[in-house]
Amino acid sequence: MSGREPSAGWPLWEVFVRARRGLSHNHVGSLHAPDAEMALRNARDVYTRRQEGVSIWVVPADAITASSPDEKDPFFDPAGDKVYRHPTFYDVPGGVQM
Amino acid sequence: MDGQASFDAAIATDQRIEPRDWMPEAYRRTLVRQIAQHAHSEIIGMQPEGNWITRAPSLRRKAILMAKVQDEAGHGLYLYSAAETLGVSRDQLMDLLHAGKQKYSSIFNYPAVTWADMGAIGWLVDGAAIMNQVPLCRCSYGPYARAMIRICKEESFHQRQGFEILHTLSRGSEAQHAMAQDAVDRWWWPSLMMFGPPDDQSAHTAQSMAWNIKRHTNDELRQKFVDMCVPQAEVLGLTLPDPDLRWNEATRHWDFGPVDWDELARVIKGDGPANRKRMEHKLRAHAEGAWVREAAASYAAKRRDREAAA
Amino acid sequence: MTTEGFGEPQGGGPRTRDLVAYAQRLGDDALVLAQRLGEWSSRAPELEEDVALTNIGLDLLGQARALLSYAGEVEGAGRDEDDLAYLREEREFTNCLLVEQPNDDFGATIARQLYFSTYQLELYQALRGSADQTLAAVAAKAAKEVAYHRDHATMWTLRLGDGTEESHARMRDGLERLWPYAGELFEADEVVQRLAAAGTAADPASLRDGWDRHLDATLAEATLARPDGRWLPGTGRRGVHSEHMGYLLAELQYLHRLHPGARW
Repeated sequence: MSGREPSAGWPLWEVFVRARRGLSHNHVGSLHAPDAEMALRNARDVYTRRQEGVSIWVVPADAITASSPDEKDPFFDPAGDKVYRHPTFYDVPGGVQM
Repeated sequence: MDGQASFDAAIATDQRIEPRDWMPEAYRRTLVRQIAQHAHSEIIGMQPEGNWITRAPSLRRKAILMAKVQDEAGHGLYLYSAAETLGVSRDQLMDLLHAGKQKYSSIFNYPAVTWADMGAIGWLVDGAAIMNQVPLCRCSYGPYARAMIRICKEESFHQRQGFEILHTLSRGSEAQHAMAQDAVDRWWWPSLMMFGPPDDQSAHTAQSMAWNIKRHTNDELRQKFVDMCVPQAEVLGLTLPDPDLRWNEATRHWDFGPVDWDELARVIKGDGPANRKRMEHKLRAHAEGAWVREAAASYAAKRRDREAAA
Repeated sequence: MTTEGFGEPQGGGPRTRDLVAYAQRLGDDALVLAQRLGEWSSRAPELEEDVALTNIGLDLLGQARALLSYAGEVEGAGRDEDDLAYLREEREFTNCLLVEQPNDDFGATIARQLYFSTYQLELYQALRGSADQTLAAVAAKAAKEVAYHRDHATMWTLRLGDGTEESHARMRDGLERLWPYAGELFEADEVVQRLAAAGTAADPASLRDGWDRHLDATLAEATLARPDGRWLPGTGRRGVHSEHMGYLLAELQYLHRLHPGARW
């Protein structure tokens, strides 16, 4: 039914907000948007409720490279991972109850 | 330390589990389901109140209601965001909701019949939700806890607004007072059901508490809720539809009457008064919006191609 | 469209009556459009868009409340924003016909937003210099809001116009169906002519250039043709509405009217 739904079309973006000058950008959450302009606009609506004077960064989720959680642990690749969120070890078909 | 040991140590010392940490598969599954269903509840919950936006009886109330419903959309977004850190996509979760394989809080299967329902929903339903949510701010899973902190900050005005609506109605005309009382009469018992089945029938509670996902049992929260509402009802000048409500001097709690668990089971199963309407509304909005979502995706792809070719 | 029967406005007749009429007209535009946008709640094509449309609706509702309150204040007959919103009848509302048109699909909604928010931006930017302090202040705040609304409409016009074949067709249909109502935005009746001469109101004809330029640029980039049908002569400013208005007011007003004098 929605197998062809564009989750490719509305990819995930991570949102970082700096509440005011002097602070740094903090990760506040994520959202789906088709492109950077809409991602920024949606981030402003959802995460700042249009407060003035805030700075927003939106980054495509798959552009983020993360360190592994425990560099001493031999299980994890020390070179850094593309996936910074829980890796999906298997595909969950649409019909499966989760 | 291996994964399980790290996980156990974190839980034992009340540390947060973050997305890349090793976690038992059952813990991950439980969280995906719980967070997703929480998100679905926020979205479906927009409907009973959203329906009254165009009919709000004053401009101020209209504005407050619009803001509240918008907050609920935002809360849904924060929660889907948290769920997605666990290796699922929002689309997958929506599909499960649409297919009836994931649920939403059954409280929203009751119809919002009158304006006074806006008051009752704010006071009782949001009140119960807050009671469930505050402990979740200390949930072991980091992204969920952080989403809940954000949500709780925004939630307090929702309950106050509901209380204020009822307070004004109760002290208004006879017709308004009757409207308020009628709404409370209809929403009281379903609100108690929001805390889930009694502890001795709740399969998941023990495991959820062991994982620091759940901090209190269903019955504990339900009792706390009743204790909070009884004096508030008095301030409102409204009665609660429970002839067995009685202060227990020994336990220092309000004893209350039997909840109709059959009704809860029926509504969960899909026989609630507005079940079908809620799902149809959601499915229709989703279907009617497909061409819009596709258009935006197509535009983005075209632009990428143009920029690549340039 | 009459304020008769509510007593003489304070501080001198015709000028005050004009100001009341003008503030009401701007307020009615905002109120009716806010009402239409409220209908999108829980129905938008995506969750993020639900938030966006409600945001716009809330801004407009805020503008309506400020303008209608002011109209009531100037009128001096004790009417507040709710009296004006809930107790006037179809013939007393002076919104333009564009804003009362039904939402139809998302394409038509965006078309309506494009036409109207582009106009509102020109309007409020001009009104920032109004001789009337209150209107100037309302306009200063509103101009920032509607700049955002216009951006939203523009972004979506591009995406729908230059998205898929289906979206292009729907956007084009929306633009064409609503085109006849655009003309009313730039008409000047005697009320507005007098107020514009006094530096209080913006002359609607003067808003046309900026509107045309933005519309042309946007539609061109969106691969959409600018409709070229005739504009209907405006009737909303003298309280003659389409058949949609009755239904819209019935929904907006019935509960308030059912309980005369009640507090909510």
